[in-house]
Amino acid sequence: MSNNRADTKAPLLRRTFLQSALMAAALGGVSGAFSPCAAKALAETLTAVRPPVFWLQGMGCTGCSVSILNSLHPRIAEVLLHVIRMDFHPTLMADEGEGAMEFMLRSARENDGGFVLVQEGAVSDEENGRFCVIGEAGHEEFPLSSTLEQIAPHAAVVLAVGSCAAYGGVSAAHGAVTGAMGVGDFFRKKNIATPVVNIPGCPPHPDWMVGTILLLLDAVERKGLAEGVKEVATGLDEWGRPRVFYGSTTHENCPYLYLFDEGTMAKSLTDKAGCRYGIGCKGPGAWCDSPLRRWNGRVNWCVENALCIGCVQPDFPDGQSPFYQKNLW
Amino acid sequence: MAVFIAIDPITRIEGHLKARLEVSNGIVQDAWLTGGMFRGFETILLGRDPMDAPQIVQRICGVCPVSHALASCTALENAAGLTPPREGRLLRNLMQGANFLQSHILSFYQLSSQDFFQGPAMPPFSPRQKHPDLRLGEAATRMMLDQYLESLDIRALCHEMAAIFGGRMPHVHGIVPGGTSAPATTGQIQEFRSRLKTVREFVEKRYVPLLYLLSETYADLAHTGKGWATAMCMGVFPHPDTGEETIRAGVWAGGREYPFDPLKVMEKVRYSWFTAESGGSPFSAPPLAVDLGKAGAYSFSKAARYDGMPMEVGPHARMWIGDMELSPMGRELAPKHLGIKARTFRELGEDFVFSIMGRHLARAEETWLVAKAMEGWLDDLVPGENPLLPLPKLLNGEGYSLTEAPRGSLMHCLRVENGRLSFYQVLPATLWNASPRDDAGLRGPMEEALVGLPVPEEDSPVNAGRLVRAFDP
Repeated sequence: MSNNRADTKAPLLRRTFLQSALMAAALGGVSGAFSPCAAKALAETLTAVRPPVFWLQGMGCTGCSVSILNSLHPRIAEVLLHVIRMDFHPTLMADEGEGAMEFMLRSARENDGGFVLVQEGAVSDEENGRFCVIGEAGHEEFPLSSTLEQIAPHAAVVLAVGSCAAYGGVSAAHGAVTGAMGVGDFFRKKNIATPVVNIPGCPPHPDWMVGTILLLLDAVERKGLAEGVKEVATGLDEWGRPRVFYGSTTHENCPYLYLFDEGTMAKSLTDKAGCRYGIGCKGPGAWCDSPLRRWNGRVNWCVENALCIGCVQPDFPDGQSPFYQKNLW
Repeated sequence: MAVFIAIDPITRIEGHLKARLEVSNGIVQDAWLTGGMFRGFETILLGRDPMDAPQIVQRICGVCPVSHALASCTALENAAGLTPPREGRLLRNLMQGANFLQSHILSFYQLSSQDFFQGPAMPPFSPRQKHPDLRLGEAATRMMLDQYLESLDIRALCHEMAAIFGGRMPHVHGIVPGGTSAPATTGQIQEFRSRLKTVREFVEKRYVPLLYLLSETYADLAHTGKGWATAMCMGVFPHPDTGEETIRAGVWAGGREYPFDPLKVMEKVRYSWFTAESGGSPFSAPPLAVDLGKAGAYSFSKAARYDGMPMEVGPHARMWIGDMELSPMGRELAPKHLGIKARTFRELGEDFVFSIMGRHLARAEETWLVAKAMEGWLDDLVPGENPLLPLPKLLNGEGYSLTEAPRGSLMHCLRVENGRLSFYQVLPATLWNASPRDDAGLRGPMEEALVGLPVPEEDSPVNAGRLVRAFDP
């Protein structure tokens, strides 16, 4: 697209854009910071630094990929065309088969230490990784586990999107027989030192994924790759999540908090005149900004409609179960 | 001389799928499809609180979570002997409908459209296969890119519609055992209606006409990929008063129609990486036990069969079974682009419907049909009306449900003992369309449809990917 554009104002525009973008991210995207002008600035200035992104899908449901398509500020088309270079994404890329696998492996070699790896879904190395094979190149099967072992050490950073990639999630829930685990556990097992940023949620809000990418690009732009990644790492909580999105509980920001304080509890799911804690809401122990950010064009969110099931938490789903208060039905 | 071609990953689908093709003289002689990922929901669900199931099962598929939530709730209600109130049934139809629109638009535009046009010269649109067989001129290519980008916003609007009544998407909160979790408000109904209007206009002006146009441009693909030409529908979108389904259940095989009987559904595992005991009726088969060393096995997918026959499922199967009426655009465009005068779907003919383009076109026509039906359900909503009935205490019981996900038939069977799930079987569309061979050696529907497919350039087997994506496996 506009890779060769020589725009002397680019650094200034870029800074302005990223600042406003980050402000919007921090404020739950409710400000008007993402005006069409800002989107244009994004289009024209971020093209200078477009680290290749490889998005691998492991043991999951593709829900994280579907969720990021819902990104509105900036729109997903902007992200794909102007913010990042999506060199590998099984659900979006034109190429397929060996060609796609080889393109990724080659791009990883050419950009050693300079690419972003996004992992969606859990990983298992049991049975030589056969519970999840992601492709074939040179007549050789590539299980996710060995692909990660091969390329993850060469990534600048790994974004573990979704609760499966971050902590195992539903794929690693009680009763699973596959040995599925999150990226962090897998890296510890295999002694892979690449920094991991967890972006949990089942699925994560598109702003959490796109916002983290913007945070990263901004830091890398200011400080260079290694120091930029370090800066992002200092903004993570004890579970490896960016505090800008996961820094407070759903409960603290819940519009129904006053009902909790009053002791007015909902009696049933359709009883909207009470706090949902009484029927099983996991908001007090779930760390994300959904009440401020809201979902899907901000039309609604989990607790307004029903209740929180704690899907951003490391112990989801087992530790958050039962999702509803016993005897609710 | 025969050569063997592997395509892995088959991209732009949901999930992990590999195709292995035997090709000679530029024609596919045989095909094997491998589902390359296993998580094991049936054992994950055991021992859980039954009320958690509708949330857990949604994580089977991030594209069609609404259908899994619905199937799970309906199975629980079946076990408890409860019918949700009318308002809840309407809201469920609307959420399910919104996700049909979302899934179909995603399936064609984001997943399949690049089979027919070249996007910008950058990832993820480039690189691609050496000989992509693209036939559109510059203007039509630009039009398709515009539609590709516009469709991103349109499918997000569809998710917003589902979230208006369901909390968020993917993975909806609002579909719960006994009905739905929130009465509709006047404001929500208006918000939903305005989005539905925008989506319907896109479907009428862009999606449906485009598919008729492409069916002419790629005329050879409009009679390629026939396969078994069987069809099955388990019924979907029950009328809130009569229970009659907008698209009825039925089975098509050997050129005639049969009533659907769930007891004739079987899961075969001869060629799957599961022990022989893992197969059987979804009402009674034991939880899957993995056997990776099994001789001859090549997939994590089981082979679902109806009365021993592989069944094609999905929009084309539904539209065929119900012999649904074509859209006004379709009735006008079919003679022009296909040379067929048709009022209903079967009048388009078996050769066209069971082809690569026919399956895509069925999806577009069904999108219009569902959008139209949704307007009626929306009109029937009563703001503030209760959509939920308390489920009677479920300590012991058995239940099942039959519905359709956007990509095809969906069946859930479950058993509760002492207040815990003691049995859960999910039979999604993938086990039909993307199945491996069965115990009798019959190929799965997509395998069979791949046989006979032209692959003129062995280094660019584009038609194979096209065929798979037309099924939306």
